[in-house]
Amino acid sequence: MNFKTRLGLGILAFFAIIAVIGSWIAPYDPSAMGDDLLSPPSGAHWFGTTMTGQDIFSQVLVGTRGVMVVGLVCGVLATVLSILVGVTAGFLGGAADEALSMLSNVFLVIPALPLIIIVASMLPSADTVLIAAVISLTAWAWGARVLRAQTMSLRRRDFVEAARASGESTWRIIVFEVLPNLMAVIASGFVGTVIFAVMLQITLSFVGVVSLSTWNWGTILFWAQSNQALGQGAWWWFVPAGLCIALLGTALALINFGIDEYANPRLRKVRA
Amino acid sequence: MTFLVRRALFYLVTLWAAITVNFLLPRLLPGDPVQAMITKLGGRLNSDAMASLYVLFGLDDKKSIWQQYVDYWGSLLRGDLGLSFTFFPTPVADVLSQSLPWTLGLVGVTTVIAFLLGTLMGVYAGWKRGSWMDSLIPVTTFLSSIPYFWLGLIAISVFSVTWPLFPASGGYAAGLVPEWSGEFIGSVLQHAVLPGITIVVSSVAGWILGMRNMMVTVTAEDYVLVARAKGLSQRRIMFAYAARNAVLPSISGFALSLGFIVGGALLVEMVFSYPGLGYVLFQGIGAKDYPLMQGVFLVITLAVLVANLLADVGYLLLDPRTRREG
Repeated sequence: MNFKTRLGLGILAFFAIIAVIGSWIAPYDPSAMGDDLLSPPSGAHWFGTTMTGQDIFSQVLVGTRGVMVVGLVCGVLATVLSILVGVTAGFLGGAADEALSMLSNVFLVIPALPLIIIVASMLPSADTVLIAAVISLTAWAWGARVLRAQTMSLRRRDFVEAARASGESTWRIIVFEVLPNLMAVIASGFVGTVIFAVMLQITLSFVGVVSLSTWNWGTILFWAQSNQALGQGAWWWFVPAGLCIALLGTALALINFGIDEYANPRLRKVRA
Repeated sequence: MTFLVRRALFYLVTLWAAITVNFLLPRLLPGDPVQAMITKLGGRLNSDAMASLYVLFGLDDKKSIWQQYVDYWGSLLRGDLGLSFTFFPTPVADVLSQSLPWTLGLVGVTTVIAFLLGTLMGVYAGWKRGSWMDSLIPVTTFLSSIPYFWLGLIAISVFSVTWPLFPASGGYAAGLVPEWSGEFIGSVLQHAVLPGITIVVSSVAGWILGMRNMMVTVTAEDYVLVARAKGLSQRRIMFAYAARNAVLPSISGFALSLGFIVGGALLVEMVFSYPGLGYVLFQGIGAKDYPLMQGVFLVITLAVLVANLLADVGYLLLDPRTRREG
């Protein structure tokens, strides 16, 4: 493992810990209003306060959980869907492949954001888990496409032919011969999906179609935007949440580079 | 030609799927938000408008679902997308036709710029591997991990609040009338700078990275070695041999990532109150304006499909293998 991958894993672990303990170590109740209105970062409020005196540091800490939960749930759901569709299509070929590829391409081409905005705003209660499920429904297609291509190249390899000749059932071949060889692709698809899901969830919260009763980084940005934090020069209101998003995204991207370099040795650093 | 016909068929299927999803959503999801809206607007809706909303949102329970579907298509083909609640009583189709040119201009131009710039930088980064260009990768990764809209907020805070260099919102200066005059065009360009740069900066990283990785892979191919052995100039090998082959996945990826980029661009419009589809969508969300939101979705999907078809034509020109098929 090189430095970049370790750095990525380190940052991810940091946010994972915050997600678990965030609500215990937060110095204030994130929704409680205080007396310091719109004050810049100080010893009492590390990230400053909002228009109503809420502590932004506590909001970021508490909001980490919502972000990580959606990322994880979507990552798992969408990866399972993409394995089901992609590996089945790649391994079976023929008409099943045509139909499944068509399905995933349709999902890829249709712009996901406006569609999810419509679905989320029509739902009577848009809570975190429901949103995660809706996001997963649009997030699986890219992984399925990559897995299909990789499965097709594995399908005719000698070890698969050997397994087939020795009378193994199709499902046994897929689960025990093909899947282990797809692990790198699946892992990188999982990480990619988590990035996509986190971004989408934060975007939906920022736009204001997700329930605002639970905190996440997007909710903070929503309140900052609707209270004109920009015009009042309250940079501390939207900078911390944005930096957290960018840090988490970078960490996940770095992990993905590590997986790519593991799977494709040509991308590794040239040693002079 | 078969290649293009197959792609066009695929886009037609996608369009059909998008329209059908649009038809089914209000019928499948619980609650009747549109009915509530109609009740609220009360007598201000005339009977024609009422009838078209009933057709679009399936409020007419007496008809069979198949009959509803046929009526729905009938409405769409007549260009009737219902009335907008936000811009009452303007029809959705009129709202969309006013804002579409703004989105096409902003998103179209910036996407092409980001693609060309990113691909070119990727070619150099992949060709001169191990040089300082490699340190560009972590920086661009960080930039692409930032949500489009947040970068837009920062851009506003730095370049129009702290140093008022560019306007923070709108598509042209208040008080100007849209016309073909130097003053108006200048104002449009000035207003497009910040949202444009935001979109380019956040989307360019993806192209750089994809192109760099393909260049690295292609550079190890035998035909590049042969080209080197023939003593061709570096420039010629880089562009005519390596880059021309490496760019193909980028172009087929262009089609697929376009939906994603357009989503981000819509958010940039929201942040900058740019008079395009994204801002219209944003206003629709606040007012629970479903006819408007669904109309925006359909128009964006249509635009993305047309852009995809154009990318396919580009692919056809660059890859002789697809031409020979026909």
